[in-house]
Amino acid sequence: MNPMNFVILAAILFSIGASAVLLRRNAIVAFMGVELMLNAANLALVAFSRLHGQLEGQVMAFFVMVVAAAEVVVGLALIIAVFRARTNISLDEPAELRG
Amino acid sequence: MVNDVLFWVIAAVTVIPATSLLFARKAVHIAMSIVMVMVGLATAYVALEAPFLGIVQIVVYTGAVMMLFLFVLMLVGVDQREELKETLKGQRWIAFFAAGGIGTLLVVQISRVTMPVYRPDNPLVGEPDVIAVVLFGKYVLVMEVLGALLIIAAVGALVLTHVPRLTPRQTQNERARARVLAGANPVNKPMPGVYARHNALDVPALDPEGKPIPESISRVLKARGQTRDGKEFLPPSKSEGIEQ
Repeated sequence: MNPMNFVILAAILFSIGASAVLLRRNAIVAFMGVELMLNAANLALVAFSRLHGQLEGQVMAFFVMVVAAAEVVVGLALIIAVFRARTNISLDEPAELRG
Repeated sequence: MVNDVLFWVIAAVTVIPATSLLFARKAVHIAMSIVMVMVGLATAYVALEAPFLGIVQIVVYTGAVMMLFLFVLMLVGVDQREELKETLKGQRWIAFFAAGGIGTLLVVQISRVTMPVYRPDNPLVGEPDVIAVVLFGKYVLVMEVLGALLIIAAVGALVLTHVPRLTPRQTQNERARARVLAGANPVNKPMPGVYARHNALDVPALDPEGKPIPESISRVLKARGQTRDGKEFLPPSKSEGIEQ
């Protein structure tokens, strides 16, 4: 089976993650959608690495994982800070700023 | 080349749990399905001859990131309800069409592309020693920057979640003094069952006169109605003198 199929799988996962980010109001669930998008990009990178027979794609996927880990730490800390201030993590809360 | 059956198994194990992001109600269920997706992706990496990345995926994503998500879910409260009323009108349909559109566009365009596949007799496998040569050779500066980034992220998370103390800390001495001033009994309450013939928690202690001390029982047990008055442990001659 051609590794290109994994790129198509990555595209499907990416769009599922994107629709979760657009649809969900719970901040943690939207954040998991972002994680799924990052992972889909990783899958595409690894598949291209296999297609071209070079290690660069895998190394880039590794870098993406490290950056994603840092992003998760900061993002979850932000969610906790917002929860402390508002006892709610709905993404629609800032809509109240409109007055 | 990748086995056909393996590919379809990976596709099912990743796409089906991933749709829970759109349809599942409880955040914990979504987190567990994403763990499943991550395991499926790790399998895909191993199938694509990147075993090192497969292991890293399991360790970093299922082991660390998703467990962090679960911790935060527990901290925030598992039963946080998602309100379903739409603040932006028609947002759900716009989002569906936008995401479906980008998905269709990507899938259609990618399936039109044909690429020459690298297929030598012994393919290049992303073993740790091979990856290490690239990581610490060509990309050593990136590695160092990533190390700095991780430290900054850790310190940033500490700063973000740190709550400064607004009032001075009350010492134990001050708290004891305040309690005595409020008229509390300075002596500890007796343990339940200590002087009784029975040493279970649901039996009150008996004072030197042989009367039960009701406050020696935990008020939780009292609220649940799981206490005994201790009458049945006294000799029959004395049991008239005890009233509840």
